[in-house]
Amino acid sequence: MDTFLPLLTIFMLAVFVGVEIITKVPPLLHTPLMSGSNAISGITIIGALLSVAAGGTLPTILGFLALVLATINVVGGFLVTHRMVAMFKKKDEDPS
Amino acid sequence: MISVLIDFTYLLASVLFIFGIKGLTHPRTAVRGNLLGATGMLLAVVATLADRQVFGSGPQGLGLIVAGVLLGATIGATLALKIQMTAMPQMVALLNAFGGGASALIAGAVLADTADPGTQTVVATVVSGIIGSVTFWGSLVAFDKLQGLMLPDNPVHFPAQQALNVTLAVATVGLGAWIVADPSQLTSYGLLVVVGSVLGVLLTIPIGGADMPVAIALLNSYSGLAAASTGFVLNNNILIITGSLVGASGLILTQIMCKAMNRSLMNVLLGAIGPDSGPVQGADEVYAGRVKSTSPEEVAMLFDGARRVVIVPGYGMAVAQAQHQVRDLANLLESKGTEVEFAIHPVAGRMPGHMNVLLAEANVDYDKLRAMDDINPSFQQTDVTLIIGANDIVNPVARTDPSSPIAGMPILDVDKSRTVVVVKRSLSPGFAGIPNPLFAADNTVMLFADGKKAVLDLITAIKDG
Repeated sequence: MDTFLPLLTIFMLAVFVGVEIITKVPPLLHTPLMSGSNAISGITIIGALLSVAAGGTLPTILGFLALVLATINVVGGFLVTHRMVAMFKKKDEDPS
Repeated sequence: MISVLIDFTYLLASVLFIFGIKGLTHPRTAVRGNLLGATGMLLAVVATLADRQVFGSGPQGLGLIVAGVLLGATIGATLALKIQMTAMPQMVALLNAFGGGASALIAGAVLADTADPGTQTVVATVVSGIIGSVTFWGSLVAFDKLQGLMLPDNPVHFPAQQALNVTLAVATVGLGAWIVADPSQLTSYGLLVVVGSVLGVLLTIPIGGADMPVAIALLNSYSGLAAASTGFVLNNNILIITGSLVGASGLILTQIMCKAMNRSLMNVLLGAIGPDSGPVQGADEVYAGRVKSTSPEEVAMLFDGARRVVIVPGYGMAVAQAQHQVRDLANLLESKGTEVEFAIHPVAGRMPGHMNVLLAEANVDYDKLRAMDDINPSFQQTDVTLIIGANDIVNPVARTDPSSPIAGMPILDVDKSRTVVVVKRSLSPGFAGIPNPLFAADNTVMLFADGKKAVLDLITAIKDG
């Protein structure tokens, strides 16, 4: 239990940071916000990496499946977000 | 020493994620923000590979890691590059699903791998398992509905639905308590995931088409919370920080969407609105003899004398894939000296921001995409409002009839503009299942056609005129 309170503290503070930043995201960018947040929630990839490397058969299988899913989120999430945000232009700053 | 370095890198990555999201507060900084986030992710992954457990896992472990990353990266890149902008809600639904799935799997792996896990680990594992499996299956159902595969787009109701959901929810808590009491029972974790999965399906099935923005945002939040919970399983700060950022993001979007429909989250989740809720007011009474059908030529004449035109896109524009034609029309009008802006309702489409992405894809200047509260006061100075495939979000009944299913929902005040042109295939009701008096208003004309064809005809008519 000795790690729980520090972790909960971090969790709570991060929620406040999240609320502060995200309320400033304009409706214009809400879709990229969702795909982008999917991309960063692919951070579970590091948990998957640890599980795959852990040893036993079952953890390895579960970890491998998680690794595939998390990698889809990371790669797919950042790429599709990039595709979207790159489209938002003003005429005068459009290089083409 | 290595572990301190790793933790330090995780901290750096968390900071980059926060700056990354901050970048999304403005279109000008959004590309850079996304790249910062991706950089953070790369750092976190490299740091994890340096972990003794990973680095020392031998050829078999490393081989699996390379295989898993290659497989995931291929699928992810293919999805991201091939997906149509109109199908973005489906893409986000899939990503939500995978996020939740990954968390439930990792929690299971840790439980299987740890001989004598502490209470925090087990409780967090249970929470990850429940939220993860609900998110995974709930999101797959949302994907299915959006893609129009097996399940109907409409809300699905059956007898004792709520009782069943409550029973399942209680069952997951009971199973969770059992796992906490005896963490060696891996079967019970499997059972927990199965019950959570059924619950995920049942919770999403009653949510119908136009309520999807809420469901998607909420599932987005869940996938973040699952990741945060997995952070508690692994005692890992970066998972907790990232998960809570995503959880907060999803919750805020959910709240915005609910507010934009003037409904409580509970009301949306229970699928309480829809064609089968309450008596449908007589459409004949509202429309009889008062609906004026028009032709593209007549609308072109309306545009001819207009100083200011506002275009209101709805889900129908996405279905007809008409965003490029709409852009052409806007450019044509502007070339004739007309001021053109777009009015975007928060719940137009099937996910938050759906219309903005489609119009940005069609190269519409983002300064012209105006949010509801921003543009509403200007309808009085608008000569022509052109509505393409939207219905409930422009229904004035929301302001006037307190007994209506959409009573109190903030709408675009299009009826205040001088003339309203509605492009729609028929007088069929929108998702709320009610007739729209706007279509019968004195200053409204209807252009009955498919969205794309109508806009093309308009362009031709204006050029010929």
